[in-house]
Amino acid sequence: MRPDAILQIMSKLLLPFILVFALYVQFHGDYGPGGGFQAGVITAAAVILYAITFGLAPAQRAAPPWIAELMMPTGVLIFTGVGVVSLFKGGNFLNYTVLGHDQVHAQEWGILLVEIGVFVTVAGTMTTIFYAFAGRGR
Amino acid sequence: MMQHLPALQVVLPLLGAVFCAFMPRGAWAGAIALAVSWIMPVISGLLLAQVLQTGVISYHVGGWPPPMGIEYRVDILSAFILMLVSVMGAILMPYARLSVAKEISARNQPYFYCMYLLCMTGLLGITITGDAFNVFVFLEVSSLSTYVLIALGRDRRGLLAAYQYLVIGSIGATLYVIGIGLLYSITGTLNLVDIASKLQTIGATAPVLIALGFLITGISLKLALFPLHVWLPNAYTYAPSVATIFLAGTATKVAVYLLLRIIFTVYGVGTTSDGTPLSDIFIVLSVLAMFGASIVACFQDNVKRMLAYSSVAQIGYITLGIAILNKTGLTGGISHLFNHAIMKAALFMVIGGIFYRIGSANIANLAGIGRRMPLTMAAFVVAGLSIIGAPGTAGFISKWYLVSGAMEKGWWWLGLLIVASSVLSVVYIGRVVEAAYFQTPNGEAEKATDMPASMLLPTLVLAAACIWFGFDTRLTADIAAQAASYLLGGAQ
Repeated sequence: MRPDAILQIMSKLLLPFILVFALYVQFHGDYGPGGGFQAGVITAAAVILYAITFGLAPAQRAAPPWIAELMMPTGVLIFTGVGVVSLFKGGNFLNYTVLGHDQVHAQEWGILLVEIGVFVTVAGTMTTIFYAFAGRGR
Repeated sequence: MMQHLPALQVVLPLLGAVFCAFMPRGAWAGAIALAVSWIMPVISGLLLAQVLQTGVISYHVGGWPPPMGIEYRVDILSAFILMLVSVMGAILMPYARLSVAKEISARNQPYFYCMYLLCMTGLLGITITGDAFNVFVFLEVSSLSTYVLIALGRDRRGLLAAYQYLVIGSIGATLYVIGIGLLYSITGTLNLVDIASKLQTIGATAPVLIALGFLITGISLKLALFPLHVWLPNAYTYAPSVATIFLAGTATKVAVYLLLRIIFTVYGVGTTSDGTPLSDIFIVLSVLAMFGASIVACFQDNVKRMLAYSSVAQIGYITLGIAILNKTGLTGGISHLFNHAIMKAALFMVIGGIFYRIGSANIANLAGIGRRMPLTMAAFVVAGLSIIGAPGTAGFISKWYLVSGAMEKGWWWLGLLIVASSVLSVVYIGRVVEAAYFQTPNGEAEKATDMPASMLLPTLVLAAACIWFGFDTRLTADIAAQAASYLLGGAQ
């Protein structure tokens, strides 16, 4: 496939905004629609867009496959880790209340950390699935 | 830490799976899986002891009380199944090391152990949770990891088998969610106990029964009830040996547990037996499974495939016990669930060991193997006798309860059918025994020796358990009887 200048320039312009929007969705998930899953998908979509317009090799230089593969279990580890920490702090599994001084802050921290775990796993998984399909027949 | 045991039961294998995925080498991941698998029975043993002493344990995940939050609920039945699943894992893992090293490429070994622990997480989760939607989540966790387990072997046909199971399994999960969705729209709650109490006031209206239909069909796909079993023979045949052993010993059993939960805890015998032909349908399908699948098993050349069909037949006995709908029959069903897990895992372990030595599971290649691998085949004979239901073996106990359950109802013809179908299992087990002991060895089988000690010991332990539970029924039939009266009594 011949690289198309218009597509490449447009996606270069879009990519930073896509990534910032992913962060917005991630951190605004507590108050509005959004959260780790959606943010992870948007991040992976940025990688996929880059790979489609610039080719697989540059994309894999920017987002190496081994990091994406490592992200899959890491996210689960963060999620379960939050649960285990709340166990050790004397609460039930995934009880956020014990994570901070007052109820509101603790719940916010808990949700945020868990959603970051979801983000990491989803972004890694989506990217890995794309790489697996895109890398076929090479 | 004692009060957190229900959470640890599920979280520990999940954490183990994560660490396995990080490991660069299969052996390290295997060590993690072994450690986790040996801690699991301790936790489930403590849970079972606690339930027997003090009754139902309720654990509120995240500190949110039910029915709002997710509740982990351990009663006598779920503690029994937790025990079964974790003990199977603990016995299987020492066996797994060599078999996995031989059958799975080095790169995929850490993932194999990761998926095994994830599957364990899912199965234990289904058993322990008291939340209908949480059940679905764990159902998907266990199913998705099962598809990977089946496809990870070197046999390319495993991919097709996994894909076939994926399609059918997804249909089953979809039906289950539709059922739960209907129940949620009717009752406004997802907590199983809460649904049950709401349903008592609502009664058996048409939407409630439609939801039951969806749930039963979805779960029946998962437990491979005849004629929804078509995914099972291929999946068991082409999966790596360790995956087959694990699935045969646990996956379908947990699906049966879910069926018991839905029929007895959520709906109650009153609704399911008076309002619907459920019992009749299950009796017909179970008897068809007992005969149809056994007859097909008699004509298989691959022993793994033969045992897979035998599994379909044995699941027929378990569902028959449920369909008889009295305490004795249900006791038979639940204890057969336990006994079948032990004996079928032992049989698959033997075949996995033979495959390890001679690289084939075809009956033609097994000629004379009994003389070359005496201890291995001895385990096969013992577990085979247990499948047949010979007196003095575990299989006899559960079939005895099944026949007495049928007799109590005055269904003597059903008792005869149970005995008659057992004769069919004499034929297919007999074919293997005949080939192994009465033919002269040739080819690879000639220089085979007993499987390595790390594989042989777990197999012999399970074979010994087949005999042990034929005499000592405190752990099987007695607890099964308690669970049966709990299920039947809880609904009245």
